[in-house]
Amino acid sequence: MADTMELRDIEVWDGNMAASQALRQVQVDVVAAYPITPSTPIVENYGSFEANGYVDGEFVMVESEHAAMSGCIGASAAGGRVATATSSQGFALMVETLYAASGMRLPIILNVVNRAIGAPLNVNGDHSDMYLGRDSGWIQFDAYCPQDAYDLNFIAFKVAEDHDVRLPAMVHQDGFMTSHTAQGVHTMTDKQGFAFVGEFQPMNDMLDLDHPVTHGVQTEEDWHFEHKARQHHALMTIAMSKIQEAFDAFEKYTGRKYNLVETYNVEDADAVVVCMGSSVETAMEVVDELRAKGMKVGVVGIRVFRPWPLEQLAEVLKNVKAIAALDRSSPHGTVGMLFNEIAGTMFNTGTKAVLTNYIYGLGGRDLTKAHLVSIFNDLKANADAGKLTTPLQQYIGLRGPKLSFF
Amino acid sequence: MSEIKKIKNLKDFSTSSDRFEGANLLCPGCAHSIIVREVLNATNDDLILAASTGCLEVCTSVYPYTSWDASWIHIGFENGSTAVAGAEAMYKALKKKGRLKQPDRKPKFVAFGGDGSTYDIGFQWISGCFERGHDMMYVCLDNEVYANTGGQRSSSTPIGSSTTTAPAGRTSYGEKKNKKDMLAIMAAHGAPYVAQVSPSKWKDMVAKIQKGFAAEGPVFINAISPCTTEWKFAPEDTIAITDLATDSLVFPLYEIINGSELNITYRPKNIIPVRDYLGAQGRFKHLFTKQYEYLIGEWQDRVDAKWEQLQRREEARV
Repeated sequence: MADTMELRDIEVWDGNMAASQALRQVQVDVVAAYPITPSTPIVENYGSFEANGYVDGEFVMVESEHAAMSGCIGASAAGGRVATATSSQGFALMVETLYAASGMRLPIILNVVNRAIGAPLNVNGDHSDMYLGRDSGWIQFDAYCPQDAYDLNFIAFKVAEDHDVRLPAMVHQDGFMTSHTAQGVHTMTDKQGFAFVGEFQPMNDMLDLDHPVTHGVQTEEDWHFEHKARQHHALMTIAMSKIQEAFDAFEKYTGRKYNLVETYNVEDADAVVVCMGSSVETAMEVVDELRAKGMKVGVVGIRVFRPWPLEQLAEVLKNVKAIAALDRSSPHGTVGMLFNEIAGTMFNTGTKAVLTNYIYGLGGRDLTKAHLVSIFNDLKANADAGKLTTPLQQYIGLRGPKLSFF
Repeated sequence: MSEIKKIKNLKDFSTSSDRFEGANLLCPGCAHSIIVREVLNATNDDLILAASTGCLEVCTSVYPYTSWDASWIHIGFENGSTAVAGAEAMYKALKKKGRLKQPDRKPKFVAFGGDGSTYDIGFQWISGCFERGHDMMYVCLDNEVYANTGGQRSSSTPIGSSTTTAPAGRTSYGEKKNKKDMLAIMAAHGAPYVAQVSPSKWKDMVAKIQKGFAAEGPVFINAISPCTTEWKFAPEDTIAITDLATDSLVFPLYEIINGSELNITYRPKNIIPVRDYLGAQGRFKHLFTKQYEYLIGEWQDRVDAKWEQLQRREEARV
């Protein structure tokens, strides 16, 4: 039996510690992990909990991220609560197994501390790895601050392990900006935290020796399509509603409210930016300042990236005149991913909104308030004109000559 | 520790309750199924199994069917070892936490992989599992070629063999590299038990599998698995080819305990020439030409040298 850790009501934790503490409190049975910056402290903290008696599950430090997720899959199929953490190159190495985990319907929780993907090699935060995971069949939650990183882990376990869902889930947070920035985090006691998620309920568990199961079968053109369709269906309908239920339950439990799509001053806004990660809070500050000057601006944060909250986002954006999709990943040859998603979301809604795309913050480059002010000024011009007055895609915060496309 | 299963004779052994069904899609004459049955039938204990992508996997788990009457998992080509290691970690966790559904039963954890999975693409994963000391058995079904994908060379492919990616031709005798010595590498991990087995020497094989099951920690078994399709021999000759491999000492049967104690477990009464082993298989057909015949002599020399080395290691107990 693991020891209980006495926590203060508010602890000063960075995003990594917040995630580690959540993993400890839900009493994960197996953590198989491999360290990589900037997610390393998640497993270091967890290792320290284990070394001091606060964890009684198995903690297996393996020889690569691919092996980490492989071990997690084996452990999860065996029948218990499983989690790990990674970033960037490690995430990229894991990709093959991410598809296996979701295809085999295993409720593994992966904390992804977002970081750029080389070359050139870079240890700082951007969303390249998060975007890389978007077709892998996982639920993807996005944390904007350490408090979110803590809370969303509990929510992720609750949703993923639901027998109607049985899908793995990622909790994303921004490398360094969130993972290494200490803030006040409202905690639950160990007992409260565990009770929200509850005891793991196995299903199709290999370790039920009286009921052997075969995991990871072969299907070709006869059955593959049906399997993938069911998986998609589970994400689109079941997971989506279970996420909302879990958000509601969490609000009731802690008073902290999460939404599929987070909004800030959007109700009467003419111009909004849509972004993810730590940029959401930066944009909120800028919105406060611009509102004080009379500009009708707002922020939309994507909280649940997969399944994509299409209907909720369309509703939120329905009266907006100018929208900027802020992508912290290089799309390499097209418009940004958020731009595409938002365009797809709005296309059949009759909206007249002007949609633009900003590529920012690659490899940990700061997104400053001044950058956001300039974006909102662009948006205001587009909103007033009712058409594009700027290039469709612009790079912001880039040194050297301006770069824009379309 | 659980009781070791008593096996009286081959009839008794071959009619044991099967957890690997005859209903599978493996080629007629494939040695894989023989090896798998011998491993599974060596114990009465519960089994948690894994397989890497390959012939065994694709031929035994085609949805909506399964050939496995024991829990079984497949993830990918390289990670059958780690899949079962993860399950073993979960077993330990649930045992500690008192959540096992059958707490008085201790399953054995076994991963199967072909030589492609073992010698090549899954090598790192296996090494990791062995270094960490998971209580598991890894069985390599060594047919010395990527058979599932149509006969490409692996690092287990022996020199002079013709494969689709190292074919014999007018200017090439096929594979240019010697087979990797996987058993020595696995023994060097300090594993409590590693052994080479042949399905045709079933008593030797069962004894080794049972020793492996009795050992605590990671056990490596390298099983020769003649491939009727890629080695090019008639399906009914599988056992005869296997016997040629062990009796020519091309595939010597031995074990290494705790990384150092080497025991030769089978000494052929009549050692047959390597030429006879090679001559029985189409993959070496081109060696029996004037141009490439010198390779047969070289091969015999290598087999003799290896046999000499094994005997010296056995004698020296190092």
